[in-house]
Amino acid sequence: MRRFLRPGHDPVRERLKRDLFQFNKTVEHGFPHQPSALGYSPFLHLMAIGTRSGAIKLYGAPGVEFMGLHEENNTVMQIHFIPDQCQLVTLLDDNSLHLWSLKQHSGASELREEHRFTLKGPPGSPPSATQITAVLPHSSREVLYLGTESGNIFVVEIPSFRVLEDRTITSEAALQRVPEDYCNRRSCELVEALREHPKNPDQILIGYSRGLIVLWDLQNNKVTHHFLGSQQLENLYWQRDGSKFISCHYDGSYTQWPVSSDNRQPEPLENVVPYGPFPCKAISKIYWQTTKNGLPYIIFQGGMPRASYGDRHSISVVHGSQQTAFDFTSRVIDFFIIFSSEPTAGFDDPSAMVVLAEEELVVIDLKSAGWPAVHPPYLASLHCSAITCSHHVSNIPLKLWERIISAGSKQNVHYSNMPWPIDGGTNIAPDPPQRDLLLTGHEDGTVRFWDASGVCLHLLYKLSTVRVFLTDADPNDNMNTLGEDEWPPLRKVGTFDPYSDDPRLGIQKIYLCKYSGYLAVAGTAGQVLVMELNDEDAEHVVDHAEADLLQDQEGYRWKGHEKLKTRDGPVRFEAGFQPFVLVQCQPPAVVTSLALHSEWKLVAFGTSHGFGLFDHQQKRLVFVKCTLHPSDQLALEGPLSRVKSLKKSLRQSFRRIRRSRVSSRKRRGGGGNASEVRGPPFGILSVQEANAKFDPDALQEMELAPVQRKIEARSAEDSFTGFVRTLYFADTFLRDSSRHCPSLWAGTNGGTVYAFCLRVPPAERRMDEPVRAEQAKEIQLMHRAPVVGILVLDGRSTPLPEPLEVAHDLSKSPDMQGSHQLLVVSEEQFKVFTLPKVSSKLKLKLTALEGCRVRKVTVANFGSCKTDDYSENDLAVLTNLGDIQIISLPFLKLQIRYPCIRKEDVSGIASCVFTKYGQGFYLISPSEFERFSLSTKWLVEPRCVVDIPEVSSNNHVHTRSGVENAARKSRAVKHWNWCPQARVVKCKLWLALLVSQ
Amino acid sequence: YCFGAEFRRFSLERSKPGKFEEFYGLLQHVHKIPNVDVLVGYTDIHGDLLPINNDDNYHKAVSTANPLLRIFIQRKEDADYSAFGTDTMTRKKNVLSNVLRPDNHKKKPHIVISMPQDFRPVSSIIDVDILPETHRRVRLYKYGTDKPLGFYIRDGSSVRVTPHGLEKVPGIFISRLVPGGLAQSTGLLAVNDEVLEVNGIEVSGKSLDQVTDMMIANSRNLIITVRPANQRNNVVRNSRTSGSSGQSTESSLPSSTPNILANFLQGEEESDEEDIVIEDSGEPQQIPKAAPTNESIESLTQIELLHESTQNGFLPSSEMNLNHSAGSISMEYEVQDPDHKSLEDGTIITL
Repeated sequence: MRRFLRPGHDPVRERLKRDLFQFNKTVEHGFPHQPSALGYSPFLHLMAIGTRSGAIKLYGAPGVEFMGLHEENNTVMQIHFIPDQCQLVTLLDDNSLHLWSLKQHSGASELREEHRFTLKGPPGSPPSATQITAVLPHSSREVLYLGTESGNIFVVEIPSFRVLEDRTITSEAALQRVPEDYCNRRSCELVEALREHPKNPDQILIGYSRGLIVLWDLQNNKVTHHFLGSQQLENLYWQRDGSKFISCHYDGSYTQWPVSSDNRQPEPLENVVPYGPFPCKAISKIYWQTTKNGLPYIIFQGGMPRASYGDRHSISVVHGSQQTAFDFTSRVIDFFIIFSSEPTAGFDDPSAMVVLAEEELVVIDLKSAGWPAVHPPYLASLHCSAITCSHHVSNIPLKLWERIISAGSKQNVHYSNMPWPIDGGTNIAPDPPQRDLLLTGHEDGTVRFWDASGVCLHLLYKLSTVRVFLTDADPNDNMNTLGEDEWPPLRKVGTFDPYSDDPRLGIQKIYLCKYSGYLAVAGTAGQVLVMELNDEDAEHVVDHAEADLLQDQEGYRWKGHEKLKTRDGPVRFEAGFQPFVLVQCQPPAVVTSLALHSEWKLVAFGTSHGFGLFDHQQKRLVFVKCTLHPSDQLALEGPLSRVKSLKKSLRQSFRRIRRSRVSSRKRRGGGGNASEVRGPPFGILSVQEANAKFDPDALQEMELAPVQRKIEARSAEDSFTGFVRTLYFADTFLRDSSRHCPSLWAGTNGGTVYAFCLRVPPAERRMDEPVRAEQAKEIQLMHRAPVVGILVLDGRSTPLPEPLEVAHDLSKSPDMQGSHQLLVVSEEQFKVFTLPKVSSKLKLKLTALEGCRVRKVTVANFGSCKTDDYSENDLAVLTNLGDIQIISLPFLKLQIRYPCIRKEDVSGIASCVFTKYGQGFYLISPSEFERFSLSTKWLVEPRCVVDIPEVSSNNHVHTRSGVENAARKSRAVKHWNWCPQARVVKCKLWLALLVSQ
Repeated sequence: YCFGAEFRRFSLERSKPGKFEEFYGLLQHVHKIPNVDVLVGYTDIHGDLLPINNDDNYHKAVSTANPLLRIFIQRKEDADYSAFGTDTMTRKKNVLSNVLRPDNHKKKPHIVISMPQDFRPVSSIIDVDILPETHRRVRLYKYGTDKPLGFYIRDGSSVRVTPHGLEKVPGIFISRLVPGGLAQSTGLLAVNDEVLEVNGIEVSGKSLDQVTDMMIANSRNLIITVRPANQRNNVVRNSRTSGSSGQSTESSLPSSTPNILANFLQGEEESDEEDIVIEDSGEPQQIPKAAPTNESIESLTQIELLHESTQNGFLPSSEMNLNHSAGSISMEYEVQDPDHKSLEDGTIITL
């Protein structure tokens, strides 16, 4: 009967698997990719951001966040909260309106789409008749006023979206009694702005694009005032008491108009061009805020002199004699002011300005002197310099945590102390179970330390490695050194800076020991820095050592970049991680693997040429090993040899863009509609837009195109076989089964594993005797696939603990009685060998069976959600198809498989990191990490409540299917499309050049 | 009919190996079999069993001795020619079992046209008896030859008969053969042949990249099942000789094939790609397979058990007849697989 045994059909195990494993995408960290709209509810204290891919994200107090996705994946053009409600309306670029609401469901609030609606004109009318340009949710909460391209204003009831035809405000009605000559000069054109009177809900202000503004009385259905503007209108703003309003214009001017019952057709009070007299850019939005001291805050977007500052993305704040033009790093999408919204308060008294720029969120404290920026607790721009690698460390000891925070707080002194002003909702999620750090390495040579414990990914500390090196850019050459009397008074704000001074500074590998505070960081030009945490500033010399990985090889010529020049003499480092030794690999190829053993005080590093071991206690190179195959010319020539493939991939991506542009045009039909006209000019945005719209059909089409693949066995002569993919320290039985010793393991791209026996002197003689190493084994996997992971299992088949883990009482001592086993993971197979004599014991040939290859592999500990005392170690594996598989240890049985990332999303797959407790992160765009969990026990997801102060009676009960529909939608797989990050930046650079020429 | 496990060890002077005739005489003398015709073979550096039957290959053999030359001798009339060639000695135990217990692997009687023992096989058509006539299962022996596999695959679509009638389904096709490559030189594969399986795993539903990776992962022992674009050269079924005992007929049923065949093949090639370990910078050695201990028995038995079931759990021949009568159009049957069923009903044993 034994022959009928089939894998995976043990009911006990199946039940246990259900208690251990569960896949969830829990939260998106970072800054939304391609934001397109901003909304704010002063009532709920919630902010909403819409994106080009149809996502809508709500943020309140830290931990309070909601996410929804429009089924259409169309650009969100406008977001409006319904006054005093937990509801909001979005307008998409397909002219559809969507009503979303926050409803409580089993104790937590959820964001759901309730209704959708598209305004339809009478049969035969042109599409522009109903193309919505302005939306005004009326304070009665019963109707929306919808201004259109035709100049007509439609009234729809909410939440039913029934058009109240008898209340339509036609442009003809608005034009009645307008002087003949004015009327002739300019027709009404589209409705640019709709504003309700702050005191009288029966009056609304209507602004038409050619400059005419009318005050409309809703009770009597007629115009009460005409304001005959002479400039093309951009926006309108009521002053708090309703006695005046401001209009801003295309020519960079703003105009103040009086509203009184005496004059039905008043002249403007004043007309100002703040950055005149030369031609200026449009002022697209303006606030006029009153204060107790009488001096108003005038805050406006744009208006810069066209010729000299026309390229700036600015918002100016004017308060009496103070004036600052905040200069943003990317295009301003929209902004709002947080001010006293109490109807009883006499003044606006603005407290903060919240600006959504294309690449970051900036909040300015308007109450403190100097208007400093506020450090946002969420929406961090992960991509302020492109992310080049990530490293996750779970369960940080409190001491180290506090030291990192303290180092970070010293860097953030220029930020305002103001509490975060957007504080709606209540976070009811349990406190994070442990302190987790996510470290991201960036192209500009920085490492950012993120608090990844909870829902808000928060920057704790930023480490820069630049100070060690001499770079072309002089650090004193700051953009902010403008004199006092500079005009306009520009001030750079924000941190987004995708342009790296020197690509060689890029961080490639990070390893942090959480027990000792040692950090090793390695970069693009073969630099390996070992650092120690210091709570004080310090000035010291960084020791240098060279590791010549080519040693005995001759006749090779490195054609790649040079190593970075180092700064001579002592260097001043701020409190935090301070480098004390630099190991420079020669040739200075990118470091491809890194391992640190804080107990033995050793750091191992590998490149495409070989690997080396450095004793950072004695500051001495222990050994180097060249892994090059004599015929591996490519590895020697350096990154230049890959230029060809980069060029090719660029060409391909442009072809793809062109193709998708054609297809999206086809789908839109008529073309030339408002959304396209209003879209950004060709250049940076259209590339991203095209990528975002790159639909699955086009993809399908491409896949079926006649591409062919060569079938050839891997040979020893393949290029990059010497590329060191993985390094691993282990205290195990390498030589004989009676004595264990420290060892270093290295795996290469060509399927070779090297094992070195190390002799580390005991602590008391650590400085006196050298560390010795001797090669003990070399294993050549016959399938020659790249080795991506090496692991030693102890006598109980448990992976060996991390260095110092046992010393800190956080792990059981490894079992040194039973025999150890070696697990080698290649891209194609998992193999278990016995130790010390290497005999093959078990294998799982993943690629031969499933056609997928291993991209990432980590040991993860899975706890049971049913009982506290059961947990087991398994391998979490991400494949090149974007699937995640859990494979048991030590028997290598596939436990479960989840689709996670689209297989076309190469950057997403490349960016994935697993945590030690079965969670993970991967980039869904250059600026956002998706967090997922494979564990039933460790789940970090937003859980929050937004209280509805008053439940209004017209809240209808939606149908069950509606609920399910909405729930499905919010869970729907998000189709983000974007170029690999490096490529985005390059495209941008390139296109920017193109445009400027 | 066999020498059994009889070993002799003797030495030769490497610089003066002499002639094959002398060596042959020496062997007969050493083994005391002066009047028996034997086939002589040796293991080359790749671990292949190659013949010694003339001066040239005898000299070659002696020159490769390192330091031992392992020679296998078989009586000519019982010789299993298939034992020679690629991959043979790395699967030493299989060869030995072939040699020692040939009744386990009863082969079709060989019709010796020339002297096949003089050559190393580069490819073969296998499982002719169990596949539909429209299909062809080709095994490419990459190992031991310097020739590249030498072919390309592409996406395409094929028309399949399904319960809903004719349907166009995506498929993988051979798009190009590299001149001088292994694939071309065999003459068994051609452009536009549809690839149906790779080492027993169906490719339907898999992407071009997946199939590419599967083929490369199996490149040392690649078995691809194709539907040839040119159906005129197919093996005619009724030429099947009675020598085949109808073994392993189950694999023509698509529903049951993948798992069983995969494991079967996995078992078969279990030892054919042993990794090499160099201990303490010494001589390279092939990594032996660890003796199954208690802790690893669970997974090991799995393979063996399945292996066993493929050999014993045959389908009744009536099922096969149905299949044969289908003619030359490839049909996707919804046949209830009794083997499959019994697996599900079987008692599950946890180890």
